[in-house]
Amino acid sequence: MYRFFASLGLILSLGFTACSNTTLNNPYPEEEQNSNTLYSSFSERPKHLDPAQSYSSNEITFTGQIYEPPFQYHYLKRPYTLVPLTATEIPSPTYLDTQGKIISGDTNSEAVAWSLYEIKIQAGIYYQPHPAFAKNASGQSLYLNLSEDMLDEIKTLSDFKESDHRELIAADYVYQIKRLAHPKIHSPIFGFMSQYISGLGAFGKALSNEKKKGFLDLRDFPLEGVEVLDRYTYRIKVKGKYPQFLYWLAMPFFAPIPYEADQFYAQAGLIEKNITLDWYPVGTGPYMLTMNNPNRKMILEKNPHFHRETYPIEGAPGDAEAGLLVDAGQELPFINKVVYSLDKEGISIWNKFLQGFYDSSGISSDSFDQAVRVSGVGDTVLTEEMSEKGIRLITSTAATTFYTAFNMLDSVVGGSSESARKIRQAIAIAIDQEESIAIFRNGRGIAMQGPLPPGIFGYQDGEAGINPNVYDWVNGRSQRKPIQEARRLLAEAGYPNGRDAKSGKPLILHFDTTGSGPEVKANFDWMRKQFDKLQIQLVIRNTDYNRFQDKMLKGTAQMFQWGWNADYPDPENFLFLLYGPNAKAEKNGENAANYVNPRFDQLFEEMKNMENGPERQGLIDEMVEIVRGDVPWASGFHPNNFGLFHAWMENLKPNLMANNTLKYKKVNPDLRAGKRAEWNKPQWWPLILIGFILLGGTLPAVITYKKKERGT
Amino acid sequence: MLSYIVRRFLYAIPILFGVNLLTFLLFFVVNTPDDMARLHLGMKRVTPEAIEKWKADHGYNIPVAFNPAADGINKLTETIFYQKSMTLFTFDFGFADDGRNIGADIRERMWPSLAIALPSLIVGLLVNITAAMLISFFRATYIDTWGIVIAVAMMSISSLFYIIGGQFLFSKMFRLVPISGYDDGFNAIKFLILPVVVGLVGGIGSGTRWYRSIFLEEISKDYIRTARAKGLSELSVLFTHVLRNALVPILTGVVVVIPLLFMGSLITESFFSIPGLGSYTIDAINGQDFSIVRAMVFLGSVLYIIGLILTDISYTWVDPRVRL
Repeated sequence: MYRFFASLGLILSLGFTACSNTTLNNPYPEEEQNSNTLYSSFSERPKHLDPAQSYSSNEITFTGQIYEPPFQYHYLKRPYTLVPLTATEIPSPTYLDTQGKIISGDTNSEAVAWSLYEIKIQAGIYYQPHPAFAKNASGQSLYLNLSEDMLDEIKTLSDFKESDHRELIAADYVYQIKRLAHPKIHSPIFGFMSQYISGLGAFGKALSNEKKKGFLDLRDFPLEGVEVLDRYTYRIKVKGKYPQFLYWLAMPFFAPIPYEADQFYAQAGLIEKNITLDWYPVGTGPYMLTMNNPNRKMILEKNPHFHRETYPIEGAPGDAEAGLLVDAGQELPFINKVVYSLDKEGISIWNKFLQGFYDSSGISSDSFDQAVRVSGVGDTVLTEEMSEKGIRLITSTAATTFYTAFNMLDSVVGGSSESARKIRQAIAIAIDQEESIAIFRNGRGIAMQGPLPPGIFGYQDGEAGINPNVYDWVNGRSQRKPIQEARRLLAEAGYPNGRDAKSGKPLILHFDTTGSGPEVKANFDWMRKQFDKLQIQLVIRNTDYNRFQDKMLKGTAQMFQWGWNADYPDPENFLFLLYGPNAKAEKNGENAANYVNPRFDQLFEEMKNMENGPERQGLIDEMVEIVRGDVPWASGFHPNNFGLFHAWMENLKPNLMANNTLKYKKVNPDLRAGKRAEWNKPQWWPLILIGFILLGGTLPAVITYKKKERGT
Repeated sequence: MLSYIVRRFLYAIPILFGVNLLTFLLFFVVNTPDDMARLHLGMKRVTPEAIEKWKADHGYNIPVAFNPAADGINKLTETIFYQKSMTLFTFDFGFADDGRNIGADIRERMWPSLAIALPSLIVGLLVNITAAMLISFFRATYIDTWGIVIAVAMMSISSLFYIIGGQFLFSKMFRLVPISGYDDGFNAIKFLILPVVVGLVGGIGSGTRWYRSIFLEEISKDYIRTARAKGLSELSVLFTHVLRNALVPILTGVVVVIPLLFMGSLITESFFSIPGLGSYTIDAINGQDFSIVRAMVFLGSVLYIIGLILTDISYTWVDPRVRL
């Protein structure tokens, strides 16, 4: 028996040692080992890849690489700067008055009736190969009128045998703008853009009468405010003066769509097979989606017809020293293929990153302590385990504001009365946002001093930027005012010790939120504790997001938490959250606090159309001061993004506005292959041990069986 | 038998109607069409007009269950319930709220579900029956006692523990299999090993106890005593007589779940990123996609009914005394 086990153990050991050099846990094919491929994950399948519809960050991850709007953000320069992408230059708008006469942009913005944006695109830009462009010898399209027989053989887009490409023209941009109003496409920006693009709203209404007729060739329907001037030039007519419109032209909403693609995908037989423009994009960008199985894997590969674009030759100060200009002038993109695998669980994503199978990762709360630690001087640095692997930590403060707000329509905490203002101010002091960030976000965030996050023009750092109603500047840093100050304000408001001075009844406030997950209770307990400091009783009403939105729309909440992520790097995109005419309850706008201050609104009107400069800064400062004084938002924070990147990744610089940054990134596949082999040597001994335990476990059974047999 | 099957299918119609109604009520108690529209249109810059347009295009702009403005039978048919739920009886699953064809997705996603469920069922059955027979063979000995103690301990542990523990040990520590993922064809094998083993280990406790009780019941019967009296060895008694006669209750448990194998496992598929129907259902619930939820609940109900009918039929094969 002993000999048997010893021989078996030896054979197994030899066998396992022989194949111990392979990485058994590698989720990718072995032949890809040294390929110039980037590996990433997605946790939720994108809902839309149609540029007219996609708005979520998990969708723009793909559409940003495939579609090319006329402009883009400079990868390295800060503050964020628009540069041409397919356009030849960033156009200066021509302003017209109500009579259609050209007027100077310097004149009062109220005099500007229309802004004309004339966009000229580069010649010689081509689309990716696609069956929609395929033609036979006589020039007729092969696949724009598919027969039943042809459809029978088609299961995915790759089943089409022929494909072709064609040059990008201005008409494709115009076609896409028309698609924003298409009745079957629910573009999230149609309503908003109808306020600006001349005739878009009426165009949408006209199209809605046509929606039952199958494919709508939008070339047959003129849109008054958007026209093709020549093969490479188009013009957009925008109501009034709206300088932020240029930022919109850097989003995939305004990327080109060839009419052939629209016609191709409108065929009912293809829709039945889930072959739609929403799932199989057609673009001119550096990458094309060659595999789209949103249930499992999505693969981007280099577009063979991508036009010449090079890595920036200049950047922000410090970029050259950081090695970010080493590839200056090199042709883009650097990476040939990007594989996104569906991975829903944080544990899997994190471990695959540590094993080298994902090239980058965020840091969840669960893995925070394993990834980073706080140094003696208060900086966040990588742990030894991460440093030994050569992993790099890159942080950035998101252009996002999460805020705790008051409903200004509420009879207790809302309104412009001095009493209500003091209650709000007292609460703003009492909510210790820094403590919240430390406890619930591992310190990843900075407390809000005003509506604007860092990185957006108008944001002030240091002493000039603190909210003097909540903070003092002490020893070179902001310090929250003592709680006694908050109690004094509350007493002055008529609620000494949290009780109504007249009736003696306790002050009870209601807080609406949409928390979920295991940490919610601790979060709520912490929030109650903040109000306990003022002896205010806080009732937390936790609901699902739908109910919460209903309350917001009806204006029935008293206090609530919400957030805003920047669409573009302009202060208008944050300050409009407090602009009176945008009130949520009355106008269904984004001003959820329903805050109205005529002076603020007047300043907003002036500020929104101005160029960045000292004059605009002055107006923003005044607006921020008004908000700080009125306190429609009690507190909030701007989250810090922490990204971890393996040593084989290069050209990494966070760009919070650009969504097409993949083309600048670079990997070193050989280094990665070596590290993967080093980190993933299989351990066979546990299997051998389990085998022996199982075999050993049968011994008592064998012995008992023998005894039993002998007994009978 | 044919009339029996036809009768059972006819009985199924009111059951499926009830299931549809219940699913519909539960879903629309917590979600209004406005909520669904808002979720699909995104969180930013959504206008009331856009919400109305979305509802109209997706057929949610009509009354939920009764249309007083319509005439005659249209009062019932021109409603969300009728138009969304009753079409399922023709197995027309329609389109998800994001525009994808649900039928095509189901056809694609049932294979990964099956790829996990089928080996788990077959190997699990073999292992559980073997373990149960072993314990039954050594009944009333310390092997039996400890076997039951271990089985009870194993069935008391959450399946999540097995999944996370398995990933930690075999993927992270020993680096023998990928921690999660899926691939086509034979490339899928390396991704399936861990979920199948985890499912197997997680099911040993309950499976072994269940089959042991079946075997012990058979062992106590007179014909077994007779077999032993004939001088047959204990192994021969177990494998030739006990196992064959225990097949009826075993089949009851197995055949009923065979159609449901297509439906996948909600937790296993999520943790191992297997693109099956289990994760499809979970995603639809999270995404408030009623079209997918109702399709999956309906499909699950149909498959369960088919499973029950198959079980009845299988009785006649295993035990010739049973007539339908």
